Amino acid sequence: MLEARNLARRVAPLVAEAPVVLERASVHTLPAHARFSLRARDVSGVETLDHPIGRTWLSEKRFAARLGPDEWLLGAPESDGDLLQQGIERALSSRFFSLVDISHRNVAIEISGPAAAEALNAGCPLDLSEAAFPNGSATRTLLGKAEIVLARPSAAPVYRVECWRSFATYAHGFLIEAASSASFR
Amino acid sequence: MAQTYRLPTGGRIDRSKPIRFTFDGRTIEGFAGDTVASALLANGIHLTGRSFKYHRPRGILTHGSDEPSALLSVDRGPGRIDPNNRATVVEAREGLKAASQNRWPSLSFDVGAVNDLLSPVFVAGFYYKTFMWPRSFWDRVYEPVIRAAAGLGVAPQVPDADRYANRHAHCDVLVVGAGPAGLAAALAAAKTGKRVIVADEQPELGGSLLHETTTTIDGQSAEAWRAAAIAELDAQENVILLPRTTAFGYYNHNHIAMTERVTDHRADAPKTAPRERLWQVRAGEVVLATGAHERPLVFADNDRPGVMLAESVRVFVNRYGVLPGRKIVFATSAVSAYAAAADVKAAGVDVTLVDLRPEIECGAEVERLQALGVEVLTGHTVVGTKGRMRVEGLIVAPVTNGEIGARRVISCDCVGMSGGWTPAVHLFSQSRGKLAYDEGLDAFVPGASAQAERSAGAAKGLYDLMDCLASGFAAGAEAAGSTEVRTFSATPTPVGFKPVRALPTDANPAKVRAFVDFQNDVTAKDLKLAMREGFESIEHVKRYTTTGMATDQGKTSNMNALGIVSESLNRPLPSVGTTTFRPPYTPVTFGALVGPARDALFDPIRTTPIHDWAAEHGAKFENVALWRRAWFFPRPGEDQHAAVARECKAVRNGVGIFDASTLGKIEVVGPDAAEFMNRLYVNPWTKLGVGRCRYGLMLKEDGFILDDGVVARLADDRFHVTTTTGGAPRVLNHMEDYLQTEWPELNVFLTSTTEQWAVIAVQGPKAGETIQNLVSGIDLSNEAFPHMAVREGHICGTPCRLFRVSFTGDLGYEINVPSDYGRAVWEAVMEAGAPFGITPYGTETMHVLRAEKGYIIVGQETDGTVTPDDVGLAGMIAKAKPDFVGKRSLARPDLVASGRKQLVGLETADPGEVLDEGAQIVADPDQPIPMKMLGHVTSSYHSANCGRSIALALVEGGRALSGKTLHVTTPTGFTTVTVREPVFFDAEGGRINA
Amino acid sequence: MLLIDCPFCGKRPEVEFRCGGEAHIARPANPFAVDDQAWGEHLFVRKNPRGLHAERWIHAHGCGRWFNAIRDTYTDRFVETYKAGERPSVDLSEARA
Repeated sequence: MLEARNLARRVAPLVAEAPVVLERASVHTLPAHARFSLRARDVSGVETLDHPIGRTWLSEKRFAARLGPDEWLLGAPESDGDLLQQGIERALSSRFFSLVDISHRNVAIEISGPAAAEALNAGCPLDLSEAAFPNGSATRTLLGKAEIVLARPSAAPVYRVECWRSFATYAHGFLIEAASSASFR
Repeated sequence: MAQTYRLPTGGRIDRSKPIRFTFDGRTIEGFAGDTVASALLANGIHLTGRSFKYHRPRGILTHGSDEPSALLSVDRGPGRIDPNNRATVVEAREGLKAASQNRWPSLSFDVGAVNDLLSPVFVAGFYYKTFMWPRSFWDRVYEPVIRAAAGLGVAPQVPDADRYANRHAHCDVLVVGAGPAGLAAALAAAKTGKRVIVADEQPELGGSLLHETTTTIDGQSAEAWRAAAIAELDAQENVILLPRTTAFGYYNHNHIAMTERVTDHRADAPKTAPRERLWQVRAGEVVLATGAHERPLVFADNDRPGVMLAESVRVFVNRYGVLPGRKIVFATSAVSAYAAAADVKAAGVDVTLVDLRPEIECGAEVERLQALGVEVLTGHTVVGTKGRMRVEGLIVAPVTNGEIGARRVISCDCVGMSGGWTPAVHLFSQSRGKLAYDEGLDAFVPGASAQAERSAGAAKGLYDLMDCLASGFAAGAEAAGSTEVRTFSATPTPVGFKPVRALPTDANPAKVRAFVDFQNDVTAKDLKLAMREGFESIEHVKRYTTTGMATDQGKTSNMNALGIVSESLNRPLPSVGTTTFRPPYTPVTFGALVGPARDALFDPIRTTPIHDWAAEHGAKFENVALWRRAWFFPRPGEDQHAAVARECKAVRNGVGIFDASTLGKIEVVGPDAAEFMNRLYVNPWTKLGVGRCRYGLMLKEDGFILDDGVVARLADDRFHVTTTTGGAPRVLNHMEDYLQTEWPELNVFLTSTTEQWAVIAVQGPKAGETIQNLVSGIDLSNEAFPHMAVREGHICGTPCRLFRVSFTGDLGYEINVPSDYGRAVWEAVMEAGAPFGITPYGTETMHVLRAEKGYIIVGQETDGTVTPDDVGLAGMIAKAKPDFVGKRSLARPDLVASGRKQLVGLETADPGEVLDEGAQIVADPDQPIPMKMLGHVTSSYHSANCGRSIALALVEGGRALSGKTLHVTTPTGFTTVTVREPVFFDAEGGRINA
Repeated sequence: MLLIDCPFCGKRPEVEFRCGGEAHIARPANPFAVDDQAWGEHLFVRKNPRGLHAERWIHAHGCGRWFNAIRDTYTDRFVETYKAGERPSVDLSEARA
């Protein structure tokens, strides 16, 4: 039998980082979450997946961001991971797909505030204007020298930056630097 | 110091805000709104520096970014010293310290000025002609001396204390330049609702309107029109106005780089504010309203302090309320200088104007100026100046039918000269647009566009204000997709000039020092010498004489140089060619280009979930790609050698623990996964059972080893592939490439799981005992879980993929747990292994242990030209497979030829001698040079377990040389080695199954 | 920095992409049916035109898809981009040399 003291505790990256709240942009690290990489060729008729590349299906707790023609980033609260997995397996039961757990690979950071887009543009070369990157957009791109998935889950100036965990320190530091520079005119 | 040259009224300076700064230690007073140049002039200072080559006294030539002469070092505090700033651009601010350059011991007495006396020696091509012999002097004498004498300013000695920001931006219309044409363009574009960015290098938008005091536009004063236009633009959400922002580079697909100077002008800037911001703008359309540059006149001693451009004299008077002199002579071949003369006269200054054009070629401007009481001398040339540290007189002479008449000295303390105008086509040229020569304008103007851009106003050769406004508006409208047309009424602008090259003179041409390029000290004589020596192409003349090659990019000199070359060769100017303009338009700070990418943000530093534990336990780290990996764990008093020796023995005698989390991991999923693996790897995969692992070897199509790693089959349709740390992205790319482009019919998907899993290698005879109480759901017995098997279960209550694999040759496990649990599991294993003396080890020990077993490391034993057979791994190749990536190439003649380099072990005669990795290997050290090199040492260590040094090497035909003696280079000569099998420890391989 | 029209994502900046060299060089179905000379050329010999060139690009930091592009190597203008497996609409044989 396992002794209780041997039960592993979870240590996420950036846990020690306090939120950085600046006048025009704030940076928060988000708690651990369930994440899956879904790859599939045919998702016709699956409401949560069958939407254009670069767009996200969103519910209160879950999202499915279409990153490419056959790739989705799926997210849910940590406790809903199994449900999400079962849901996909059910929806795509007769089709070929690959579902890989990447909950520990990805780290999410949130940047918000009126200068959030400007701060992101310190390292992200995309057009983040309302017209080009509206509510519900999500894409893989770059933040400085780190690859990220950038998502805009709502109409508010709130963006979620997801990166691989070993890039989290860099991405987090970059966003704070960018947020403080962007807030100066 | 009193501002004795400041006019009592007028100008855009804020007289309610006095400021003080220093110039060479002297306190200078000025007002907010001054540049350093205007404040110096307000205090009667023209002498600002010494020239680059001849150390001639130089002053302020221009009023803007085209300035070639007044280059100052600017000190804003520790870590904020910046050389070669143009005094005409730097905004004066409280507490700034400016200093002249290129002089010693002082600006007024400069030892280097001896160069000026020696000027007959320093002709064009001086370096090429002089420092040829003796050859032995090249490195030791000439280069150090030339380097010491070369260059302007002094490089900063400490890290830049400022922060720099970066910003990508997008717009529909980018307007570069906010003079009348640019503002009109912005007004037109902004009305459409499109996104507009307006960038101008000056602190205030308005360009020439900032110094037009009497002009009207649409019935308003130019200032009122300017203010209204800016207010209108500023009120619109879709417009970004960027003063102090220089568009310096026009790159592909309308990508424009600009620097915004955010805080340099502010004495009160918050410490955290960025000094500059680099804008990288992607514009749908670009309007280039970059204006024009005035040309100096080329006459003897035209570089004396106090000799300025005519329009610059006007700007200092009208915009800054500063008199550049009390007795000013204008020398001109352009009508525009009459306006300058009139404005200066109106300021109460004694003015004379000398026109190079004969009276018959002049217009009504002569009479109008004379009516103001100004003496106008038409048909005169300028043959020299009086004065050295400051101009004291202009020497002129009448020219009649090419004959030069009697000289006359007009005493003065300032000269305003104008040789006409040159459109600023730099950005247009950078955009790869074709320049067209306009003979009427004596200038190159924008021709065919290469990108979505259009020029407007003076940048296009339209010098009349009304034309500037109309062309700007039209360009802005078109750029925004609108057809709106607007006409403007405005005071006519005096335009037109007669092109002149080197001015006619009665002096001995060999003695005339008439400067063309003020920054690089190139005279008309230098250009003519270059042509006598056979240089004809402007690109060659430019490089030989260095004209136009200084940091000002020849803004004031290029057309004069071209004209002189064209005239000397007696060829039309366009046939001489024009030079290519390259970024940056004006110098850019390194800080702006680096932006936030310094210190912790220079590069991502990738660390594993176990990194903090290693750091807390004293690990030394090494960089592997972007990763920082634990290298070894020295105990107090241990050096690297001792620590590694201890770690190596601990693994073989008990148990070691190693962080292998950086290994690349790829989940290969799909019904065709085995087929896909068959095609990508040399090994066979079809029959690999679920729960089994295999060492996989991957080739590029050219037959050479690309990567290796253990592959586990988790299910019929699911493989867990591992790669080398550095090779992870490369391998995934390689796999994706083949999957997407060669075999899209395969039902397989690839997902990187490198960072999903923390990997803890537990290696050594006590490895099983160490982990057995932590693992649940997996039978660890040899029978149930043999070497090269994989099981899914739990460790410390967390799900894991447990591999029974070994990169040490001893019993070993690699525990894969979700990354967030990595540290906790690591600590649990440490605790469980304590009774067996569990020892954390780093990459150095990992390297030694695998070398003891002759296991290769891709990138160390291989270098992109090594085949499986070369490193003794031909046995991995599945013979029955008809094809896999690289198989065909393994049959290429060169890859099957005899004499290929093969992996062998080397033993030194002295067991304590550790060979250098990379050392060359020869058969006979006494053979003549160049020697035949048989190969090189790929890995070399001291092995505590073997009690001696060990080495791996690639040697020509090496496997047949076992037992033979070879010779390996050392820093001092050669040492003797014996060739042997590359396995040094446990050759029978029994320990791995123990 | 180039602006590249990914067939899946639209126009995106060059830093998100990598170029994979000349396009439309298919791996022979049976490499062993190809002689050494031809195999060597398949591996190593590539066109280097001044003008239109069919190239492979991958939207590495985007959708991750390989696709093809016709780019003018002199002007850097992209004439068109298209998905892997498709053919370009321009006739490269008529492209200026």
